[in-house]
Amino acid sequence: MPQSSWRPIGMQTLLYKELLRFWKVSVQTVLAPVLTALLYLLVFAHVLEGRLDVFPGVGYTAFLIPGLVMMSVLQNAFANSSSSLIQSKVTGNLIFILLPPMAPWELFLAYVGAAMVRGLAVGAVLLAVTVWFADLHFAAPGWILIFAILGSAILGTIGLIGGIWAEKFDQIAAFQNFIVMPATFLSGVFYSIHGLPPFWQTVSHLNPFFYMVDGFRHGFFGVSDVALHTSLSVCLVTLIVSATLAMRLLASGYRLRN
Amino acid sequence: MGASLPAPAALEVVNLVKRYGELSALDGVTLRVEQGEFFGLLGPNGAGKTTLISIIAGLTRASSGRATVMGHDVSSDFRAARAALGVVPQELVFDPFFTVREVLRLQSGYFGLRRNDAWIDEILDGLGLTSKANVNMRALSGGMKRRVLVAQALVHRPPVIVLDEPTAGVDVELRQSLWEFVRRLNAQGHTIVLTTHYLEEAQGLCGRIAMLRSGRVIALEATAALIRRFAGGRLVLRLSGALPSALEPLRVPPTPAQAATPADPRQSGGPGALTVLRVDHYADVEAMLAALREAGCVIEEMELVHTDLEDVFLRLMAEDAQSDAGRVKLGLGLGLGVAAGAGKLA
Repeated sequence: MPQSSWRPIGMQTLLYKELLRFWKVSVQTVLAPVLTALLYLLVFAHVLEGRLDVFPGVGYTAFLIPGLVMMSVLQNAFANSSSSLIQSKVTGNLIFILLPPMAPWELFLAYVGAAMVRGLAVGAVLLAVTVWFADLHFAAPGWILIFAILGSAILGTIGLIGGIWAEKFDQIAAFQNFIVMPATFLSGVFYSIHGLPPFWQTVSHLNPFFYMVDGFRHGFFGVSDVALHTSLSVCLVTLIVSATLAMRLLASGYRLRN
Repeated sequence: MGASLPAPAALEVVNLVKRYGELSALDGVTLRVEQGEFFGLLGPNGAGKTTLISIIAGLTRASSGRATVMGHDVSSDFRAARAALGVVPQELVFDPFFTVREVLRLQSGYFGLRRNDAWIDEILDGLGLTSKANVNMRALSGGMKRRVLVAQALVHRPPVIVLDEPTAGVDVELRQSLWEFVRRLNAQGHTIVLTTHYLEEAQGLCGRIAMLRSGRVIALEATAALIRRFAGGRLVLRLSGALPSALEPLRVPPTPAQAATPADPRQSGGPGALTVLRVDHYADVEAMLAALREAGCVIEEMELVHTDLEDVFLRLMAEDAQSDAGRVKLGLGLGLGVAAGAGKLA
């Protein structure tokens, strides 16, 4: 097969395999995260409704729902690419992906594409379930979609980087528990950063996850903690930087091709 | 009238080097496997066989040198090189999420093939996997998983198939059926490269053999020529008396299989223990027996063993190990000489 006769079937098949992989265990990969987020909603909304100032004219439950949806999108996009890759590495079946004639960018698109689908699927199911709990607005649906896509792509890419770097399950667990989890929890999912002391507001501005959540929330309410173009710019830069790093790792074969 | 270009080699590696820090896994390996060959790659553990295969398959990057599959460079023209190659890995690896058929369909797709079920069915049939087609990989026995690995390597009909110890830990029935299937593929024109520790299998299957030791090719010949290189055989004796001194230079250590023959109460090397003599030419046997008779030795048991690939393998490895030792001694001598010289200059 000469290089010129390339067709995208390999990449499409890998994307299909990755989708099939999480779909076969959808109770664990889709329903369980929805249930977890639902429990967060029930507990936090019950305890904090009416006690926390968020956006003007927006109730706490309505404020919380987009945050939880975005948090689920991000965490599940990360979980998909990172867990698939580390499982394949540890069990050795990654060889079936490395032997075929696929270029690094094809591997990148397939893994990140599947991560985005899982993240967006979890987010969509969660939104469908929680939308009945509050009077939600959809001020700018286009921005909701754009930030959901950007966020899932960024976390799918970071998951890919984590999966390439990690050699053991506990390394990827550490990556998730010490980097991804704190960054998502401290991104304004549960509060508006304007209610924080100045120091923590500054710290929040250094967290790219904050901009993903804030831009996503802007799509619902038409207001946000920072300007929309700032959130969009930070997300785009984060995606470009993380994608460049992931591509370099894949192209060099780092921890994949000896 | 233009001359037609010669067919590219199925596999060609030129001066291939792979270093891991100070360790040389491959130290300038050069070899060429022609299309349609059944080629054996032999060597002890750590000789560099799997490293060589990994570089050819694109799983490992060479430190220097060049490797091609069907004329396609494994780095610069990796798509064509990998499309032409099917590899059965040494480890028993599988994806626990899928059934056998799903695995084979996915593997077809990775190689750019859709609607490949007719060939998949043929492979399943050829490898005795038809009844397991819809069974999850986790539910298969080790032997069945090994068959699926072979099927995965064949799913895109590669002209070159590399089998890295495919029969390790596999029962006799599967080995026979696997070799029958692989022979058929070879007869259809597929090039087969086999690594195995079962030298009888290599001798029976491979037309040509390369032997590797410490990352170097120490022999590369037709199997028959390799065995002829050490013509003759060995005379395995159990004697009642001491071996005459005239025959002592011909004594060789027993092979592991001979050493493992039913325990003899008599001490190894003592009277009655197995004595193995090298027979360079069969015509020498008569003179050897005469020498024993003259020395008053009674032959309790006798067997004339022909040279086989295992003998050749062991002798070549031993010779190369001796050469290594010689090189080390020479190196040390030169090093000491240089050091002494340097001391004088200082």
